[in-house]
Amino acid sequence: MRYIEPHGHMVSRTTDDYQAMALAGCVAVCEPAFWAGFDRSSAKGFYDYFRQLTSYERQRAAKFGLQHYTWLCINPKESEDIKLAEEVLAIIPEFISEENVLGIGEIGLNKNSRNELKVLEMHIDLAARNDQLILVHTPHLEDKYKGTKLILDALKSDGRIEPERCIIDHVEEHTIELALDQGFWAGMTLYPESKCTGARAIDMLENYGHERIWMNSACDWGPSVPTAVPRAALEMRRREFSDDLVDKIIYQNPATFMRQSPRFKL
Amino acid sequence: MTRNQILDQYFMDSRAKLIDIAAFLDRVDRSEGTSDFRLKAFSEALKALESDQPNRAKKVLMTLSDPTEQPIAAAPGKGACGAWPGIETGNR
Repeated sequence: MRYIEPHGHMVSRTTDDYQAMALAGCVAVCEPAFWAGFDRSSAKGFYDYFRQLTSYERQRAAKFGLQHYTWLCINPKESEDIKLAEEVLAIIPEFISEENVLGIGEIGLNKNSRNELKVLEMHIDLAARNDQLILVHTPHLEDKYKGTKLILDALKSDGRIEPERCIIDHVEEHTIELALDQGFWAGMTLYPESKCTGARAIDMLENYGHERIWMNSACDWGPSVPTAVPRAALEMRRREFSDDLVDKIIYQNPATFMRQSPRFKL
Repeated sequence: MTRNQILDQYFMDSRAKLIDIAAFLDRVDRSEGTSDFRLKAFSEALKALESDQPNRAKKVLMTLSDPTEQPIAAAPGKGACGAWPGIETGNR
């Protein structure tokens, strides 16, 4: 089995996790910028984080034979502070041409506030001006449905954005159609407690098809399983998915999306 | 896959989750004080399980979701609790 982990926050994982992923067949891991679990005190904190994502983490992944790619942004959880967001967005161009940067992400909304929406629009503009792919975080739990609709409206209202170059991540049964029906990609995040189990993700594959869709573990510092994708692949086989179809979902589909960036090379 | 094959794979796991829900509701009943909007949302969501339509998961998620459309003035914090407070007033 070969697979791509298209959304993993490896800065919060141990080298044992890299090893487990490599042993399970992972060939590349893609790491969106995210919230550290606490608010950074200034844009300088993000500067160092972007250095970590574009340099150090690549080297750490390479020790296990994994390619490492990344996405840059200020996460929606820190987007209430417009001034901080402006300062962080100002330093992103310094990193955007680094060899492992695939685009802008994970941007989106958290509590669906006006400031979060304004910062989302700033990120969308940054991506459009720099011809970057977009990886979208959709809000948690009760905020997801409303937030997904607001995010899709914001993306569609910018005429420069092509839906097929945007992945709407963390979809569930009530939001997957919103993304796919409007031409976007959809990501299903496999979490043990929230978001989506492997069984439900496979249900969605059966109900909504196999195109423009991927699975990820979004492994971070919270309850999450770095090998959630290959575990879901085992479940797909139990559900009588062919080897070719499993390969399409966990390898070919993420590769197809990310190859839209010239930097993604397997 | 046949219906019985699905039952073979998922019945025991779902049975355990069903009993967990029943025990959770018993636990809530035994506890003291009043409950907030989450219990009402949970009870509403349970009704979706009685449906014979093939979109029960979506219905449960929608029952637990904020159905409003406008951005809020400011984020009250960072976390989410899993149910929409407005369900208590029926202000959909």
